[in-house]
Amino acid sequence: MLSAKLYNITTIFYMLSTVAFFGYLAGRNRYIGLAGSALAWIGVAIQTVAAGLRWKESYAVGLGHIPLANLYESVVFFSWSIVLIFGIIDLKYKYRVIGAFVMPFALLGMTWAQLYLPTDISPLMPALQSNWLTYHVLTCFLGYAAFAVACGVSIMYLIKARSETTATGPAGGLLAMFPPTKALDELNYKAIMVGFPLLTLGIITGAAWANYAWGTYWSWDPKETWSLIVWFIYAAFLHARFTKGWVGRRAAWLSVIGFAATIFCYLGVNLFLSGLHSYGSLK
Amino acid sequence: MSANERSFVQQIWDFFCSLKLTISLLITLAITSIIGTIIPQFPNIDDRYWATISTTKRAVYDKLGFFDMYHSWWFLALLALFTINLISCSIKRLPHVFKFVSQPATTLSDAQQKIFPSRDFKLSAPLEESKERLAAFLGAEFSKPVITKVDHHYHFFAQKNPWCRLGVYVVHFSIVVIFLGAIIGTLFGYKGFVAIVEGDSVNSMQDRNGKTIPLGFEVHCDQFTVNYYNAPGGGGPTGIPKSFKSIVTISENGKVVPGYKNARLIVNEPLTYKGFTFYQSSYGQATDPTTFYFSVRDRVTGKVEQVALRPGDQTRLADGRSATIVDLTDNPGEGLVAFLQVTGKTGEPQQFRVFKDQPNLDELRGDRLIFAFTGTDARMYTGLQVSKDPGVWVVWTGCIMMCLGLCIAFFMSHKRVWIVLSPGHARLFGNASKNQPAFQAEFEALAEKLHSLNI
Ligand code: HEM
Repeated sequence: MLSAKLYNITTIFYMLSTVAFFGYLAGRNRYIGLAGSALAWIGVAIQTVAAGLRWKESYAVGLGHIPLANLYESVVFFSWSIVLIFGIIDLKYKYRVIGAFVMPFALLGMTWAQLYLPTDISPLMPALQSNWLTYHVLTCFLGYAAFAVACGVSIMYLIKARSETTATGPAGGLLAMFPPTKALDELNYKAIMVGFPLLTLGIITGAAWANYAWGTYWSWDPKETWSLIVWFIYAAFLHARFTKGWVGRRAAWLSVIGFAATIFCYLGVNLFLSGLHSYGSLK
Repeated sequence: MSANERSFVQQIWDFFCSLKLTISLLITLAITSIIGTIIPQFPNIDDRYWATISTTKRAVYDKLGFFDMYHSWWFLALLALFTINLISCSIKRLPHVFKFVSQPATTLSDAQQKIFPSRDFKLSAPLEESKERLAAFLGAEFSKPVITKVDHHYHFFAQKNPWCRLGVYVVHFSIVVIFLGAIIGTLFGYKGFVAIVEGDSVNSMQDRNGKTIPLGFEVHCDQFTVNYYNAPGGGGPTGIPKSFKSIVTISENGKVVPGYKNARLIVNEPLTYKGFTFYQSSYGQATDPTTFYFSVRDRVTGKVEQVALRPGDQTRLADGRSATIVDLTDNPGEGLVAFLQVTGKTGEPQQFRVFKDQPNLDELRGDRLIFAFTGTDARMYTGLQVSKDPGVWVVWTGCIMMCLGLCIAFFMSHKRVWIVLSPGHARLFGNASKNQPAFQAEFEALAEKLHSLNI
């Protein structure tokens, strides 16, 4: 199928983009940085076409649904969201170098999906045949993607903050390319400011859907509970800014832990725990 | 009240108002919530799980409420503390914020003049004319200013979106509203389940604790059907259900309720009557089949005959031969399969298998008569979740408030601009509650415009 080829090409573009960003980090050549962003945008454009084709192809095999229905499709969409959110933040705030810490997440997702996950278009079980699926998955994953960007930025913050406290002279080399800690802190907050409302909306659309399909908006199913855990962590992050002793490094750690919890909510729950969201299982 | 008591009460109040408590509570809630995702929760615990843990462990967990932890006393206490924290914090801060918004400081203090970004302008126009032109400028380019005379200076104050400072409190209040909705649902709502066999009726349901709750009306299941996905390439149905559907009729006092005769009930399309909502959630076979139906087509004449077979009986077919069921299997992936034997007056008896899920397969056998397995007389039951939740609209109201509040809190900014005017000189100040870079650009643009006015 053509869509499968396009997904492979997308993966290659994300790889080239990641390599370019690493090169930018090491060589500080403005044009290499620009190339990194351009490659990411081209990759996202190709992937958008691929998703559209896959959607069309699903009708051809008689299943007909938006490609957000199994683990492969969701991982691929997750990568797409990460690149999109990074692209927007790059356009808006012009700290291109964070690409070196964000694109690897997208590349990892695409590579894993292409190499190890079953790519078949699968039938939708009756409970998933609803427009709520689209709203719910869209908002959740865009939120997750913003958290991935925040996590990348936080890792940069932690590296930079550490070098500043232990610095023997001005931090040179790679670290000189990093935005100042204050800017990283601000970007982290900005990304979470985008992600938090999206996650909130994701949880609410999930609840609305559950209420519509089963008559219960909240049943403490492991997936629901984990999304709430993620929400608690980022709520703590938002309040950390107003509390002495929690700003800076601890807030950055909260962001990293928040993303780890996000990944567990997304994959860990399906792999290790059981519940309503079984469509994402590896079997 | 003695000074000591006063300080004790003060300490408690400060404790409930503290943001450190908020962060600790959020993190504690996050960590403790994990327990219930690892340990099975009531009522979804089966005997196999009990076999895997020791009796001591079971007793300890039971004591700690781990088997229904989201309703355990300590988890509810955490949520209560969380709510108290939220409300106290709002009580403490809201009046200040409200005053800040409704009675803004229209003159700048010296301290503020030092910290807010500013631009200087030399003016050539006389003071009163400058005042008029600056007021017109702010009114047109930003918002209508309030002008205060302080000594020999004029202080101009103009602002945009002051109310967005309350966005955070909308978010906080929405959490209380959602809790309220959840409490209303718990106190006045029901959640339960009914299973109705095709052709039967129910007038009550079972709640979560196994208690029977009368509905006050009757639900009759007229029919239940399942559709399966077809295998790609026209391979006939697979075992994967595509949709399942109940047709039900609701009657009250023996009379069919208008609009509820043969009503459709499918997954993701619930049916509501008198506050009770029915959700199609599961299905199964209620009785074992005794009779099996086949349609038999003559390859040459094209005539189709419907045949009912019972295991052990001999049934005559149109061509004079007789058919009997030798065996039946129902395996996953294969579906229901009948092993038939057709015996004629002459020749060997033929034995072959007919698949219920593969209606066209028997053509390949080559015999003149083609068998398709069409169904059985087994009755299905439909499983319906039933709920009555008068709090659900309160919850949705809270959710909408939360989304709006978050957008206001994060994406709207309270912007303020001041001008301090003295003879021959003006100084422009600016401040925004959010998104400083964007405001910085707006402030520069405003300053440029003011500069180009050449007052
Ligand atoms: C015990 C519970 C809570 C308390 C006492 C509390 C208190 C506060 C306080 C005092 C602020 C600072 C307001 C300001 O000065 O601008 C704040 C900000 C905020 N709170 Fe809460 N909060 C609580 C729970 C939550 C929760 C669960 C959420 C989740 C939606 C939340 C969302 C926010 C948001 C979005 C802000 C604005 C943050 C920002 O502008 O960066 N709060 N909270």
